[in-house]
Amino acid sequence: MSNNPGRYIQVENVGMTFSKRGAAFEALRAVSLDVAKSEFVTLIGHSGCGKSTLLNLLAGLIRPTQGHMLLADKEIAGPGPERGVVFQNHSLLPWLTCAGNVMLAVERVFGARQTKAQLRDRTGAALALVGLSAASAKYPEEISGGMKQRVGIARALAMEPKVLLLDEPFGALDALTRAHLQDELMGIVARTASTVVMVTHDVDEAVLLSDRIVMMTNGPAATVGEVLEVGLGKPRDRLALAANARYIECRRQVLEFLYSRQARQAA
Amino acid sequence: MSALPSRVVVAHPSALKLSRRTVANTADGPGPKASQAPSPRPSPTGEGEWFRRVFAMALGIGLFVVGWAFVAKFGRIPDPGSVFREALVIFSDPFYRKGPNDQGIGWNVLASLGRVGVGFGLAALVGIPLGFLLGRFRFLSDMAAPIIALLKPVSPLAWLPIGLLVFKAASPASIFGIFICSIWPLVMNTAAGVRQVPQDYMNVARVLNLSEWKVFTSILLPAVLPYMLTGVRLSIGVAWLVIVAAEMLTGGVGIGFWVWDEWNNLKVDHIIIAIFVIGVVGLVLEQSLIFVARKLTHGAAA
Repeated sequence: MSNNPGRYIQVENVGMTFSKRGAAFEALRAVSLDVAKSEFVTLIGHSGCGKSTLLNLLAGLIRPTQGHMLLADKEIAGPGPERGVVFQNHSLLPWLTCAGNVMLAVERVFGARQTKAQLRDRTGAALALVGLSAASAKYPEEISGGMKQRVGIARALAMEPKVLLLDEPFGALDALTRAHLQDELMGIVARTASTVVMVTHDVDEAVLLSDRIVMMTNGPAATVGEVLEVGLGKPRDRLALAANARYIECRRQVLEFLYSRQARQAA
Repeated sequence: MSALPSRVVVAHPSALKLSRRTVANTADGPGPKASQAPSPRPSPTGEGEWFRRVFAMALGIGLFVVGWAFVAKFGRIPDPGSVFREALVIFSDPFYRKGPNDQGIGWNVLASLGRVGVGFGLAALVGIPLGFLLGRFRFLSDMAAPIIALLKPVSPLAWLPIGLLVFKAASPASIFGIFICSIWPLVMNTAAGVRQVPQDYMNVARVLNLSEWKVFTSILLPAVLPYMLTGVRLSIGVAWLVIVAAEMLTGGVGIGFWVWDEWNNLKVDHIIIAIFVIGVVGLVLEQSLIFVARKLTHGAAA
Protein backbone atom coordinates (compact mmCIF):
# COMPACT_ATOMS: atom_id res chain seq x y z
CA MET A 1 0.00 0.00 0.00
CA SER A 2 1.41 3.33 -0.99
CA ASN A 3 1.94 5.99 1.62
CA ASN A 4 0.86 8.46 -0.96
CA PRO A 5 -2.37 7.39 -2.65
CA GLY A 6 -2.23 10.39 -4.99
CA ARG A 7 1.00 9.04 -6.42
CA TYR A 8 0.25 5.32 -6.65
CA ILE A 9 2.11 5.00 -9.94
CA GLN A 10 5.01 7.38 -10.37
CA VAL A 11 6.77 7.83 -13.67
CA GLU A 12 9.74 10.12 -13.22
CA ASN A 13 11.63 11.55 -16.14
CA VAL A 14 11.53 8.27 -18.04
CA GLY A 15 13.29 7.91 -21.38
CA MET A 16 13.33 4.89 -23.65
CA THR A 17 15.82 4.46 -26.44
CA PHE A 18 15.74 1.30 -28.52
CA SER A 19 18.92 0.24 -30.26
CA LYS A 20 18.61 -2.11 -33.17
CA ARG A 21 21.70 -3.15 -35.08
CA GLY A 22 23.66 -0.10 -34.02
CA ALA A 23 20.92 2.40 -34.86
CA ALA A 24 19.39 4.13 -31.85
CA PHE A 25 15.74 5.14 -31.78
CA GLU A 26 14.55 7.41 -29.03
CA ALA A 27 10.90 6.53 -28.47
CA LEU A 28 10.26 8.42 -25.24
CA ARG A 29 12.02 11.38 -23.64
CA ALA A 30 11.52 12.81 -20.16
CA VAL A 31 8.08 11.37 -19.49
CA SER A 32 6.74 12.20 -16.05
CA LEU A 33 3.33 11.14 -14.88
CA ASP A 34 1.57 10.25 -11.64
CA VAL A 35 -1.51 8.08 -11.39
CA ALA A 36 -3.61 8.05 -8.25
CA LYS A 37 -5.11 4.93 -6.73
CA SER A 38 -8.40 3.93 -8.40
CA GLU A 39 -7.84 6.51 -11.09
CA PHE A 40 -8.61 5.82 -14.77
CA VAL A 41 -5.99 7.39 -17.00
CA THR A 42 -5.83 7.13 -20.78
CA LEU A 43 -2.80 7.76 -22.94
CA ILE A 44 -3.77 9.20 -26.28
CA GLY A 45 -1.71 10.25 -29.28
CA HIS A 46 -1.03 9.53 -32.91
CA SER A 47 0.33 6.13 -33.85
CA GLY A 48 4.05 5.92 -33.24
CA CYS A 49 3.94 8.36 -30.34
CA GLY A 50 5.26 5.80 -27.90
CA LYS A 51 2.07 5.35 -25.89
CA SER A 52 2.29 1.56 -26.16
CA THR A 53 5.97 1.79 -25.22
CA LEU A 54 4.98 3.63 -22.07
CA LEU A 55 2.43 0.93 -21.28
CA ASN A 56 4.98 -1.84 -21.87
CA LEU A 57 7.30 -0.01 -19.49
CA LEU A 58 4.57 0.07 -16.85
CA ALA A 59 3.94 -3.65 -17.48
CA GLY A 60 7.63 -4.28 -16.95
CA LEU A 61 8.05 -5.97 -20.32
CA ILE A 62 10.84 -3.50 -21.10
CA ARG A 63 13.06 -1.45 -18.81
CA PRO A 64 13.49 2.29 -19.26
CA THR A 65 16.87 3.52 -20.43
CA GLN A 66 16.41 6.59 -18.23
CA GLY A 67 14.45 7.62 -15.19
CA HIS A 68 12.43 5.65 -12.65
CA MET A 69 9.03 4.03 -12.44
CA LEU A 70 7.46 3.22 -9.11
CA LEU A 71 4.32 1.34 -8.18
CA ALA A 72 3.22 1.78 -4.58
CA ASP A 73 6.69 3.21 -3.87
CA LYS A 74 8.43 0.14 -5.26
CA GLU A 75 10.56 0.17 -8.39
CA ILE A 76 8.96 -1.64 -11.36
CA ALA A 77 11.66 -4.16 -12.14
CA GLY A 78 9.74 -6.59 -14.34
CA PRO A 79 6.29 -7.98 -14.99
CA GLY A 80 4.28 -8.86 -11.92
CA PRO A 81 0.88 -10.32 -11.11
CA GLU A 82 -0.20 -7.10 -9.40
CA ARG A 83 -0.37 -5.57 -12.89
CA GLY A 84 -2.87 -7.21 -15.23
CA VAL A 85 -2.23 -6.55 -18.91
CA VAL A 86 -4.77 -6.70 -21.73
CA PHE A 87 -3.07 -6.75 -25.10
CA GLN A 88 -4.23 -5.06 -28.26
CA ASN A 89 -4.63 -8.36 -30.10
CA HIS A 90 -6.05 -10.35 -27.16
CA SER A 91 -3.04 -12.75 -27.24
CA LEU A 92 -5.01 -15.81 -26.21
CA LEU A 93 -3.24 -19.14 -26.61
CA PRO A 94 -5.09 -20.92 -29.43
CA TRP A 95 -4.52 -24.41 -27.98
CA LEU A 96 -6.27 -23.61 -24.68
CA THR A 97 -9.99 -23.10 -24.16
CA CYS A 98 -11.25 -19.76 -22.86
CA ALA A 99 -11.31 -21.24 -19.37
CA GLY A 100 -7.84 -22.71 -19.94
CA ASN A 101 -6.46 -19.32 -20.89
CA VAL A 102 -7.91 -17.70 -17.78
CA MET A 103 -6.87 -20.68 -15.63
CA LEU A 104 -3.25 -20.17 -16.68
CA ALA A 105 -3.28 -16.79 -14.95
CA VAL A 106 -5.32 -17.98 -11.97
CA GLU A 107 -3.01 -20.94 -11.30
CA ARG A 108 0.03 -18.72 -11.31
CA VAL A 109 -1.34 -16.25 -8.78
CA PHE A 110 -3.44 -18.46 -6.50
CA GLY A 111 -2.23 -21.98 -7.33
CA ALA A 112 0.03 -22.27 -4.31
CA ARG A 113 -2.64 -21.32 -1.79
CA GLN A 114 -5.89 -22.70 -3.13
CA THR A 115 -7.41 -26.01 -4.16
CA LYS A 116 -8.15 -27.00 -7.74
CA ALA A 117 -11.86 -26.44 -7.15
CA GLN A 118 -11.28 -22.95 -5.82
CA LEU A 119 -9.13 -22.13 -8.84
CA ARG A 120 -11.88 -23.36 -11.13
CA ASP A 121 -14.38 -21.19 -9.27
CA ARG A 122 -12.16 -18.15 -9.73
CA THR A 123 -11.84 -18.89 -13.44
CA GLY A 124 -15.61 -19.26 -13.72
CA ALA A 125 -16.17 -16.04 -11.81
CA ALA A 126 -13.77 -14.10 -14.04
CA LEU A 127 -15.51 -15.36 -17.18
CA ALA A 128 -18.90 -14.56 -15.64
CA LEU A 129 -17.70 -11.03 -14.95
CA VAL A 130 -17.25 -10.44 -18.68
CA GLY A 131 -20.43 -12.37 -19.51
CA LEU A 132 -18.75 -15.36 -21.10
CA SER A 133 -19.72 -18.26 -18.84
CA ALA A 134 -21.31 -20.04 -21.78
CA ALA A 135 -18.14 -19.87 -23.88
CA SER A 136 -15.73 -21.22 -21.26
CA ALA A 137 -15.19 -24.57 -23.01
CA LYS A 138 -14.74 -22.98 -26.44
CA TYR A 139 -11.42 -22.39 -28.16
CA PRO A 140 -10.41 -18.86 -29.17
CA GLU A 141 -10.90 -19.52 -32.87
CA GLU A 142 -14.51 -20.52 -32.21
CA ILE A 143 -15.54 -17.16 -30.74
CA SER A 144 -15.80 -13.62 -32.11
CA GLY A 145 -13.16 -10.92 -31.82
CA GLY A 146 -15.13 -9.09 -29.16
CA MET A 147 -15.45 -12.26 -27.10
CA LYS A 148 -11.72 -12.94 -27.41
CA GLN A 149 -10.96 -9.48 -26.14
CA ARG A 150 -13.32 -10.10 -23.22
CA VAL A 151 -11.49 -13.34 -22.40
CA GLY A 152 -8.28 -11.28 -22.42
CA ILE A 153 -9.87 -8.88 -19.93
CA ALA A 154 -11.12 -11.81 -17.82
CA ARG A 155 -7.61 -13.25 -17.79
CA ALA A 156 -6.21 -9.96 -16.52
CA LEU A 157 -9.01 -9.45 -13.96
CA ALA A 158 -8.76 -13.02 -12.66
CA MET A 159 -5.34 -12.24 -11.23
CA GLU A 160 -7.02 -9.58 -9.06
CA PRO A 161 -4.43 -7.03 -10.11
CA LYS A 162 -4.04 -3.70 -8.38
CA VAL A 163 -3.45 -2.07 -11.73
CA LEU A 164 -5.06 -2.84 -15.05
CA LEU A 165 -2.97 -1.96 -18.10
CA LEU A 166 -4.96 -1.88 -21.34
CA ASP A 167 -3.23 -1.51 -24.70
CA GLU A 168 -5.88 -0.37 -27.19
CA PRO A 169 -8.08 -3.21 -25.98
CA PHE A 170 -10.99 -2.36 -28.27
CA GLY A 171 -9.00 -1.10 -31.24
CA ALA A 172 -9.73 -4.07 -33.49
CA LEU A 173 -13.47 -4.20 -32.78
CA ASP A 174 -16.46 -2.82 -34.62
CA ALA A 175 -18.15 0.29 -33.19
CA LEU A 176 -21.12 -1.50 -31.61
CA THR A 177 -19.05 -4.19 -29.89
CA ARG A 178 -16.64 -1.53 -28.78
CA ALA A 179 -19.37 0.57 -27.17
CA HIS A 180 -20.74 -2.48 -25.43
CA LEU A 181 -17.35 -3.47 -24.02
CA GLN A 182 -16.63 0.11 -22.93
CA ASP A 183 -19.82 0.04 -20.87
CA GLU A 184 -18.87 -3.32 -19.42
CA LEU A 185 -15.39 -2.09 -18.59
CA MET A 186 -16.82 0.96 -16.79
CA GLY A 187 -19.00 -1.36 -14.71
CA ILE A 188 -16.14 -3.71 -13.85
CA VAL A 189 -13.76 -0.90 -12.92
CA ALA A 190 -16.41 0.70 -10.74
CA ARG A 191 -17.01 -2.61 -8.92
CA THR A 192 -13.34 -3.53 -8.45
CA ALA A 193 -12.05 0.02 -7.86
CA SER A 194 -9.07 -0.80 -10.08
CA THR A 195 -6.42 1.65 -11.08
CA VAL A 196 -6.39 1.68 -14.87
CA VAL A 197 -3.96 2.94 -17.46
CA MET A 198 -5.30 2.55 -20.97
CA VAL A 199 -3.80 3.31 -24.34
CA THR A 200 -6.22 4.45 -27.03
CA HIS A 201 -6.39 6.49 -30.20
CA ASP A 202 -10.13 6.99 -29.89
CA VAL A 203 -11.07 10.44 -28.56
CA ASP A 204 -14.62 9.49 -27.53
CA GLU A 205 -13.37 6.42 -25.73
CA ALA A 206 -10.81 8.49 -23.83
CA VAL A 207 -13.32 11.11 -22.71
CA LEU A 208 -16.00 8.58 -21.86
CA LEU A 209 -13.81 6.36 -19.68
CA SER A 210 -11.10 8.51 -18.15
CA ASP A 211 -10.62 10.62 -15.10
CA ARG A 212 -7.62 12.16 -16.81
CA ILE A 213 -6.42 12.11 -20.40
CA VAL A 214 -2.69 12.20 -21.02
CA MET A 215 -2.02 13.57 -24.49
CA MET A 216 1.30 12.63 -25.98
CA THR A 217 3.34 14.53 -28.54
CA ASN A 218 4.42 12.89 -31.77
CA GLY A 219 7.49 10.70 -31.77
CA PRO A 220 10.37 10.22 -32.01
CA ALA A 221 11.32 11.37 -28.52
CA ALA A 222 7.65 11.65 -27.62
CA THR A 223 6.65 13.00 -24.25
CA VAL A 224 3.59 14.15 -22.32
CA GLY A 225 2.13 17.13 -24.13
CA GLU A 226 -0.90 18.02 -22.06
CA VAL A 227 -2.97 16.45 -19.33
CA LEU A 228 -6.70 17.00 -19.32
CA GLU A 229 -8.82 16.58 -16.20
CA VAL A 230 -12.14 15.28 -17.49
CA GLY A 231 -14.10 16.11 -14.38
CA LEU A 232 -17.31 14.31 -15.28
CA GLY A 233 -19.11 12.43 -12.53
CA LYS A 234 -19.54 8.66 -12.51
CA PRO A 235 -21.30 6.49 -13.47
CA ARG A 236 -21.40 7.88 -16.97
CA ASP A 237 -24.06 7.31 -19.57
CA ARG A 238 -22.93 7.68 -23.14
CA LEU A 239 -26.33 8.87 -24.33
CA ALA A 240 -26.65 11.59 -21.70
CA LEU A 241 -23.05 12.70 -22.24
CA ALA A 242 -23.58 13.30 -25.94
CA ALA A 243 -25.25 16.61 -25.10
CA ASN A 244 -23.16 17.40 -22.00
CA ALA A 245 -21.25 20.67 -22.35
CA ARG A 246 -18.22 19.46 -20.35
CA TYR A 247 -18.02 16.28 -22.44
CA ILE A 248 -18.12 18.31 -25.65
CA GLU A 249 -15.48 20.67 -24.33
CA CYS A 250 -13.14 17.80 -23.34
CA ARG A 251 -13.62 16.25 -26.72
CA ARG A 252 -12.85 19.54 -28.42
CA GLN A 253 -9.67 20.01 -26.39
CA VAL A 254 -8.33 16.56 -27.22
CA LEU A 255 -9.18 16.93 -30.89
CA GLU A 256 -7.59 20.35 -30.92
CA PHE A 257 -4.41 18.89 -29.43
CA LEU A 258 -4.29 15.94 -31.80
CA TYR A 259 -5.25 17.59 -35.05
CA SER A 260 -4.05 21.15 -34.65
CA ARG A 261 -1.03 21.25 -32.37
CA GLN A 262 0.20 17.70 -33.09
CA ALA A 263 -1.15 17.47 -36.62
CA ARG A 264 0.29 14.83 -38.85
CA GLN A 265 0.51 14.96 -42.59
CA ALA A 266 0.00 11.27 -43.07
CA ALA A 267 -0.83 8.93 -40.26
CA MET B 1 -5.03 -43.31 -49.12
CA SER B 2 -6.22 -39.77 -49.56
CA ALA B 3 -7.60 -38.76 -52.90
CA LEU B 4 -5.81 -35.41 -52.68
CA PRO B 5 -2.17 -36.17 -52.03
CA SER B 6 -0.85 -33.03 -53.72
CA ARG B 7 -2.87 -30.90 -51.35
CA VAL B 8 -1.85 -32.36 -48.03
CA VAL B 9 1.86 -32.83 -48.64
CA VAL B 10 3.40 -29.97 -46.73
CA ALA B 11 6.98 -29.54 -47.75
CA HIS B 12 7.59 -26.25 -46.00
CA PRO B 13 8.10 -26.48 -42.26
CA SER B 14 5.87 -23.54 -41.53
CA ALA B 15 2.93 -24.56 -43.62
CA LEU B 16 1.04 -26.42 -40.93
CA LYS B 17 1.69 -23.69 -38.45
CA LEU B 18 0.77 -20.87 -40.75
CA SER B 19 -2.69 -22.12 -41.36
CA ARG B 20 -3.39 -22.02 -37.69
CA ARG B 21 -1.74 -18.77 -36.90
CA THR B 22 -3.59 -16.86 -39.57
CA VAL B 23 -6.78 -17.97 -37.94
CA ALA B 24 -5.54 -16.99 -34.52
CA ASN B 25 -4.37 -13.52 -35.51
CA THR B 26 -6.81 -12.18 -38.00
CA ALA B 27 -10.12 -13.57 -36.87
CA ASP B 28 -10.69 -10.49 -34.77
CA GLY B 29 -10.13 -8.11 -37.67
CA PRO B 30 -12.90 -5.78 -38.72
CA GLY B 31 -13.73 -7.79 -41.82
CA PRO B 32 -16.13 -10.68 -41.46
CA LYS B 33 -14.01 -13.83 -41.18
CA ALA B 34 -11.14 -12.44 -43.22
CA SER B 35 -9.03 -15.32 -42.01
CA GLN B 36 -11.08 -17.88 -43.79
CA ALA B 37 -10.33 -16.38 -47.18
CA PRO B 38 -10.31 -19.08 -49.84
CA SER B 39 -7.00 -20.59 -50.87
CA PRO B 40 -5.66 -19.53 -54.27
CA ARG B 41 -6.85 -22.77 -55.77
CA PRO B 42 -10.61 -23.21 -55.84
CA SER B 43 -11.74 -25.97 -53.56
CA PRO B 44 -13.17 -29.13 -55.11
CA THR B 45 -16.87 -28.73 -55.65
CA GLY B 46 -18.73 -31.97 -55.21
CA GLU B 47 -18.85 -35.13 -57.24
CA GLY B 48 -17.73 -33.79 -60.61
CA GLU B 49 -14.42 -32.56 -59.26
CA TRP B 50 -13.85 -35.84 -57.43
CA PHE B 51 -14.41 -37.88 -60.59
CA ARG B 52 -12.11 -35.57 -62.53
CA ARG B 53 -9.35 -36.19 -60.00
CA VAL B 54 -9.80 -39.96 -59.94
CA PHE B 55 -9.93 -40.05 -63.70
CA ALA B 56 -6.71 -37.99 -63.95
CA MET B 57 -4.94 -40.31 -61.53
CA ALA B 58 -6.15 -43.45 -63.29
CA LEU B 59 -5.09 -41.99 -66.62
CA GLY B 60 -1.64 -41.17 -65.23
CA ILE B 61 -1.14 -44.68 -63.89
CA GLY B 62 -2.46 -46.20 -67.13
CA LEU B 63 -0.07 -44.17 -69.28
CA PHE B 64 2.78 -45.08 -66.97
CA VAL B 65 2.07 -48.82 -67.38
CA VAL B 66 1.71 -48.46 -71.16
CA GLY B 67 5.02 -46.59 -71.31
CA TRP B 68 6.64 -49.27 -69.18
CA ALA B 69 5.31 -52.05 -71.44
CA PHE B 70 6.58 -50.14 -74.47
CA VAL B 71 10.09 -49.75 -73.00
CA ALA B 72 10.04 -53.43 -71.93
CA LYS B 73 9.47 -54.48 -75.55
CA PHE B 74 12.82 -53.03 -76.60
CA GLY B 75 14.92 -53.27 -73.46
CA ARG B 76 15.84 -55.90 -70.94
CA ILE B 77 13.29 -54.71 -68.40
CA PRO B 78 10.56 -57.26 -67.63
CA ASP B 79 7.09 -56.24 -68.82
CA PRO B 80 4.28 -55.29 -66.40
CA GLY B 81 2.44 -58.60 -66.90
CA SER B 82 5.30 -60.84 -65.87
CA VAL B 83 6.18 -58.59 -62.93
CA PHE B 84 2.57 -58.72 -61.76
CA ARG B 85 2.50 -62.56 -61.98
CA GLU B 86 5.80 -62.75 -60.08
CA ALA B 87 4.45 -60.35 -57.48
CA LEU B 88 1.49 -62.67 -56.88
CA VAL B 89 3.94 -65.48 -56.14
CA ILE B 90 6.05 -63.38 -53.81
CA PHE B 91 3.14 -61.92 -51.89
CA SER B 92 1.45 -65.31 -51.54
CA ASP B 93 4.11 -66.20 -48.96
CA PRO B 94 5.83 -63.07 -47.67
CA PHE B 95 6.95 -64.60 -44.38
CA TYR B 96 8.96 -67.72 -45.20
CA ARG B 97 12.40 -68.45 -43.84
CA LYS B 98 14.94 -70.61 -45.64
CA GLY B 99 18.16 -69.76 -43.91
CA PRO B 100 19.61 -66.35 -43.10
CA ASN B 101 19.93 -65.13 -46.69
CA ASP B 102 16.65 -66.39 -48.08
CA GLN B 103 13.63 -64.96 -46.32
CA GLY B 104 10.25 -63.66 -47.45
CA ILE B 105 9.84 -60.05 -48.53
CA GLY B 106 7.72 -59.38 -45.44
CA TRP B 107 10.64 -60.20 -43.14
CA ASN B 108 12.93 -58.02 -45.20
CA VAL B 109 10.58 -55.03 -45.04
CA LEU B 110 10.05 -55.53 -41.30
CA ALA B 111 13.81 -55.75 -40.69
CA SER B 112 14.32 -52.48 -42.57
CA LEU B 113 11.46 -50.80 -40.75
CA GLY B 114 12.94 -51.95 -37.46
CA ARG B 115 16.27 -50.29 -38.24
CA VAL B 116 14.50 -47.14 -39.43
CA GLY B 117 12.51 -47.11 -36.20
CA VAL B 118 15.57 -47.43 -33.98
CA GLY B 119 17.68 -44.98 -35.99
CA PHE B 120 14.91 -42.44 -36.24
CA GLY B 121 13.93 -42.91 -32.59
CA LEU B 122 17.48 -42.14 -31.47
CA ALA B 123 17.58 -39.15 -33.82
CA ALA B 124 14.32 -37.83 -32.34
CA LEU B 125 15.58 -38.41 -28.81
CA VAL B 126 18.67 -36.30 -29.50
CA GLY B 127 17.44 -34.01 -32.27
CA ILE B 128 14.26 -32.58 -30.76
CA PRO B 129 15.80 -31.44 -27.45
CA LEU B 130 18.81 -30.15 -29.39
CA GLY B 131 16.45 -28.21 -31.65
CA PHE B 132 14.78 -26.63 -28.61
CA LEU B 133 18.16 -25.57 -27.23
CA LEU B 134 19.33 -24.14 -30.55
CA GLY B 135 16.03 -22.31 -31.00
CA ARG B 136 16.06 -20.83 -27.51
CA PHE B 137 19.71 -19.78 -27.28
CA ARG B 138 21.18 -17.74 -30.12
CA PHE B 139 24.74 -18.43 -29.01
CA LEU B 140 24.36 -22.22 -29.15
CA SER B 141 22.69 -21.89 -32.53
CA ASP B 142 25.58 -19.81 -33.88
CA MET B 143 27.99 -22.37 -32.44
CA ALA B 144 26.23 -25.27 -34.14
CA ALA B 145 25.54 -23.55 -37.46
CA PRO B 146 28.84 -24.25 -39.24
CA ILE B 147 28.93 -27.87 -38.09
CA ILE B 148 25.37 -28.55 -39.19
CA ALA B 149 25.94 -26.77 -42.51
CA LEU B 150 28.97 -28.99 -43.10
CA LEU B 151 27.49 -32.33 -42.05
CA LYS B 152 23.98 -31.95 -43.42
CA PRO B 153 24.77 -32.49 -47.13
CA VAL B 154 26.97 -35.56 -46.51
CA SER B 155 25.63 -38.73 -48.11
CA PRO B 156 24.67 -41.50 -45.70
CA LEU B 157 27.02 -43.88 -47.50
CA ALA B 158 30.00 -41.77 -46.48
CA TRP B 159 29.10 -42.43 -42.84
CA LEU B 160 28.84 -46.20 -43.20
CA PRO B 161 32.55 -47.03 -42.93
CA ILE B 162 32.73 -44.94 -39.75
CA GLY B 163 29.74 -46.85 -38.41
CA LEU B 164 31.27 -50.20 -39.34
CA LEU B 165 34.56 -49.21 -37.75
CA VAL B 166 32.97 -48.09 -34.50
CA PHE B 167 30.26 -50.74 -34.12
CA LYS B 168 31.94 -53.62 -35.93
CA ALA B 169 28.60 -54.92 -37.16
CA ALA B 170 26.36 -54.23 -40.13
CA SER B 171 23.05 -53.52 -38.42
CA PRO B 172 24.25 -50.90 -35.93
CA ALA B 173 26.27 -49.28 -38.71
CA SER B 174 23.19 -48.75 -40.86
CA ILE B 175 21.24 -47.53 -37.82
CA PHE B 176 24.04 -45.07 -37.23
CA GLY B 177 23.76 -43.90 -40.84
CA ILE B 178 20.02 -43.33 -40.41
CA PHE B 179 20.58 -41.52 -37.15
CA ILE B 180 23.15 -39.10 -38.52
CA CYS B 181 21.17 -38.33 -41.68
CA SER B 182 17.68 -38.05 -40.21
CA ILE B 183 18.66 -35.91 -37.23
CA TRP B 184 19.11 -32.68 -39.22
CA PRO B 185 15.50 -32.10 -40.31
CA LEU B 186 14.44 -32.68 -36.69
CA VAL B 187 16.97 -30.24 -35.26
CA MET B 188 16.38 -27.56 -37.85
CA ASN B 189 12.59 -27.67 -37.90
CA THR B 190 12.31 -27.73 -34.12
CA ALA B 191 14.74 -24.83 -33.82
CA ALA B 192 12.86 -22.86 -36.49
CA GLY B 193 9.62 -23.54 -34.64
CA VAL B 194 11.03 -22.29 -31.35
CA ARG B 195 12.37 -19.12 -33.01
CA GLN B 196 9.00 -18.41 -34.56
CA VAL B 197 6.91 -18.65 -31.41
CA PRO B 198 5.04 -15.32 -31.62
CA GLN B 199 6.38 -12.65 -29.29
CA ASP B 200 2.78 -12.10 -28.14
CA TYR B 201 2.74 -15.54 -26.55
CA MET B 202 6.04 -14.93 -24.82
CA ASN B 203 4.71 -11.58 -23.56
CA VAL B 204 1.71 -13.41 -22.10
CA ALA B 205 4.13 -15.74 -20.36
CA ARG B 206 6.01 -12.78 -18.96
CA VAL B 207 3.07 -10.73 -17.72
CA LEU B 208 1.61 -13.85 -16.13
CA ASN B 209 5.02 -14.57 -14.64
CA LEU B 210 4.87 -18.23 -15.67
CA SER B 211 7.58 -20.60 -14.49
CA GLU B 212 10.07 -21.92 -17.07
CA TRP B 213 8.39 -25.33 -16.93
CA LYS B 214 4.94 -23.83 -17.44
CA VAL B 215 6.26 -21.74 -20.33
CA PHE B 216 7.60 -24.92 -21.89
CA THR B 217 4.48 -27.04 -21.46
CA SER B 218 1.81 -24.37 -22.02
CA ILE B 219 3.38 -22.20 -24.68
CA LEU B 220 6.59 -23.47 -26.25
CA LEU B 221 5.63 -27.10 -26.81
CA PRO B 222 2.18 -26.50 -28.34
CA ALA B 223 3.49 -23.63 -30.47
CA VAL B 224 6.41 -25.67 -31.77
CA LEU B 225 4.52 -28.94 -32.24
CA PRO B 226 3.48 -28.37 -35.87
CA TYR B 227 7.08 -27.53 -36.86
CA MET B 228 8.36 -30.51 -34.93
CA LEU B 229 5.96 -32.83 -36.70
CA THR B 230 7.11 -31.51 -40.07
CA GLY B 231 10.64 -32.33 -38.96
CA VAL B 232 9.54 -35.82 -37.97
CA ARG B 233 7.93 -36.38 -41.34
CA LEU B 234 10.95 -35.20 -43.34
CA SER B 235 13.22 -37.15 -41.07
CA ILE B 236 11.33 -40.43 -41.49
CA GLY B 237 11.42 -39.86 -45.25
CA VAL B 238 15.19 -39.45 -45.16
CA ALA B 239 15.56 -42.50 -42.95
CA TRP B 240 13.63 -44.63 -45.43
CA LEU B 241 15.84 -43.38 -48.27
CA VAL B 242 18.98 -44.11 -46.29
CA ILE B 243 18.10 -47.63 -45.17
CA VAL B 244 17.86 -49.06 -48.69
CA ALA B 245 21.25 -47.70 -49.65
CA ALA B 246 22.85 -48.73 -46.37
CA GLU B 247 21.56 -52.29 -46.49
CA MET B 248 22.80 -52.76 -50.04
CA LEU B 249 26.30 -52.24 -48.71
CA THR B 250 26.05 -53.96 -45.36
CA GLY B 251 23.97 -57.02 -46.21
CA GLY B 252 21.92 -59.07 -43.77
CA VAL B 253 18.14 -59.10 -43.86
CA GLY B 254 16.38 -56.00 -45.20
CA ILE B 255 14.71 -54.65 -48.28
CA GLY B 256 17.92 -52.97 -49.51
CA PHE B 257 19.85 -56.18 -49.17
CA TRP B 258 17.01 -58.06 -50.88
CA VAL B 259 17.29 -55.75 -53.91
CA TRP B 260 21.00 -56.40 -54.13
CA ASP B 261 20.58 -60.13 -53.65
CA GLU B 262 18.01 -60.34 -56.44
CA TRP B 263 20.36 -58.37 -58.66
CA ASN B 264 23.03 -60.99 -58.01
CA ASN B 265 20.44 -63.64 -58.92
CA LEU B 266 19.58 -61.56 -62.01
CA LYS B 267 15.91 -61.50 -61.01
CA VAL B 268 15.09 -58.08 -62.37
CA ASP B 269 11.34 -58.55 -61.93
CA HIS B 270 11.95 -58.96 -58.19
CA ILE B 271 13.90 -55.70 -58.16
CA ILE B 272 10.99 -53.89 -59.75
CA ILE B 273 8.66 -55.41 -57.18
CA ALA B 274 11.04 -54.22 -54.46
CA ILE B 275 10.97 -50.70 -55.91
CA PHE B 276 7.18 -50.68 -55.68
CA VAL B 277 7.29 -52.05 -52.15
CA ILE B 278 9.79 -49.39 -51.08
CA GLY B 279 7.65 -46.70 -52.66
CA VAL B 280 4.44 -47.93 -51.06
CA VAL B 281 6.01 -48.25 -47.60
CA GLY B 282 7.46 -44.75 -47.92
CA LEU B 283 4.09 -43.41 -48.98
CA VAL B 284 2.32 -45.12 -46.08
CA LEU B 285 4.87 -43.76 -43.59
CA GLU B 286 4.44 -40.25 -44.95
CA GLN B 287 0.66 -40.34 -45.06
CA SER B 288 0.30 -41.82 -41.60
CA LEU B 289 2.54 -39.12 -40.16
CA ILE B 290 0.51 -36.43 -41.93
CA PHE B 291 -2.55 -38.03 -40.41
CA VAL B 292 -0.99 -37.98 -36.93
CA ALA B 293 0.12 -34.38 -37.42
CA ARG B 294 -3.34 -33.28 -38.38
CA LYS B 295 -4.91 -35.17 -35.50
CA LEU B 296 -2.52 -33.66 -32.99
CA THR B 297 -2.52 -30.09 -34.23
CA HIS B 298 -6.23 -30.04 -34.88
CA GLY B 299 -6.92 -31.66 -31.55
CA ALA B 300 -4.80 -28.98 -29.92
CA ALA B 301 -6.23 -26.06 -31.80
CA ALA B 302 -9.88 -26.87 -32.00
